[in-house]
Amino acid sequence: MPKNENFEVKVGLAEMLKGGVIMDVMNAEQAKQAEQAGAVAVMALERIPALIRKEGGIARASDPQMIKDIQNSVTIPVMAKARIGHFAEAQILEALEVDFIDESEVLTPADEHNHIWKNDFKVPFVCGCRNLGEALRRIGEGAAMIRTKGEPGSGNIVEAVRHMRQVQNEIKGLTVMDQDQLMAAAKNMGAPFSLVQQVAKLGKLPVPNFAAGGIATPADASLMMQLGAETVFVGSGIFMSDDPVPRGKAIVDAVTYYQDAKKLVEISTGLKSAMKGVDMSEIPEAERMQERGW
Amino acid sequence: MIGILALQGNYQAHIKILIGLKIPVKEIRYPDQLIDIDGLIIPGGESTTINDLMKRVGFHDEIKDFSLKKPILGTCAGLIMMSSLIRNDNQLSTLGILDIEVCRNAYGRQADSFIGNVNININEQAFKIKAPFIRAPKIISVGKSIDVIAKCNSDIVVVRSGIHFGLTFHPELSDIAFFHNYIFTKKNELMKENNAA
Repeated sequence: MPKNENFEVKVGLAEMLKGGVIMDVMNAEQAKQAEQAGAVAVMALERIPALIRKEGGIARASDPQMIKDIQNSVTIPVMAKARIGHFAEAQILEALEVDFIDESEVLTPADEHNHIWKNDFKVPFVCGCRNLGEALRRIGEGAAMIRTKGEPGSGNIVEAVRHMRQVQNEIKGLTVMDQDQLMAAAKNMGAPFSLVQQVAKLGKLPVPNFAAGGIATPADASLMMQLGAETVFVGSGIFMSDDPVPRGKAIVDAVTYYQDAKKLVEISTGLKSAMKGVDMSEIPEAERMQERGW
Repeated sequence: MIGILALQGNYQAHIKILIGLKIPVKEIRYPDQLIDIDGLIIPGGESTTINDLMKRVGFHDEIKDFSLKKPILGTCAGLIMMSSLIRNDNQLSTLGILDIEVCRNAYGRQADSFIGNVNININEQAFKIKAPFIRAPKIISVGKSIDVIAKCNSDIVVVRSGIHFGLTFHPELSDIAFFHNYIFTKKNELMKENNAA
């Protein structure tokens, strides 16, 4: 199969996940609960970001047995995380036939200089970004989906908003530039020129753009959708809350009815406590997961 | 005015196709919005999620009623929802608009998704298209009311039952407007064809 067709098939799955919620799960039981709550996919990982932050240590790709158990327990797509630059972990996940690989800053990076060359894989990849340059570098390497990073495990939406606003502002900026300004823009953001041209023309990323990192409530999900996200990832927000299934359902509803405030009242009413969350001033810069990767 | 069920999935790609055909389009998120439209698209996405969201606001009976008079196009998960029976799933409540039995994710996981050559044969017109099959279902048996419109290798990939069409793949991802055009701009002829048959 020629490379461009392969890419079309990869982006095809990302397209199918639009308008949905992708939920982090740590075992088959949680995966089933996520499916029941209406998740469009689950992300299998050993520890959700909030626990990684609390417990410390090196966070690696998950045990294949745990991923197989999850694959056998649900019919929705199963995603899994590889460390930034750890292409061997990605090869193992591909051999396991996970549906999507997240080259993720949530895990401890394996390579501080290079991300995975994702064009060589048949399985699609999603990668995080904080700005347009980072997004386009990942797409240049073959990512079929981009998610804004936010701050994983924080339960705090502020970074997710910052990153989504940044990406959208930079995209808007490109659309009003003259041709002769685009090369300078590409240079300044360190992004492949052909992708910069493409974004300037399309007025959006050439792959779906999802949001992650801090979503804990239906209102958070609505906010990210209104800011331009096409789907949301919820990591710690569901299984660190007091009522995972009702909260999961509520966030799924909030993504569908994100523009309908009256419906959001109904959706948000009667939930138990959301995850506690942390203020950004409590997370020293060196411990921020969003700083991982470039 | 054509409606697109906008609960979850790639409904934007269908909207883009309809806009290209200059057909007015409306996103449908509540059953009472079905009154305003002359045809409906159920897009691809995750069938478990779409089924769940349909249940939460009571779409099932309303869409069944709608199908008695107006055409519906379903792609991938949309086709699964329109089917009568799913061989490998008893959790979903399908609509029974197309008398077919389907198998979900029948080709396998994403690793087995592909771009397929589709051979179409409709109203004595025969032609080929290429389009993506994403974690696609298979149609494993069809009832008497079903016309087989297209195949990919030996698999049935497009079916028609009167005014309704179901596809296992995604023409909208390859900017193929043929089906949308056939069903929704020639809606009245389709009704006549159907009545004649």
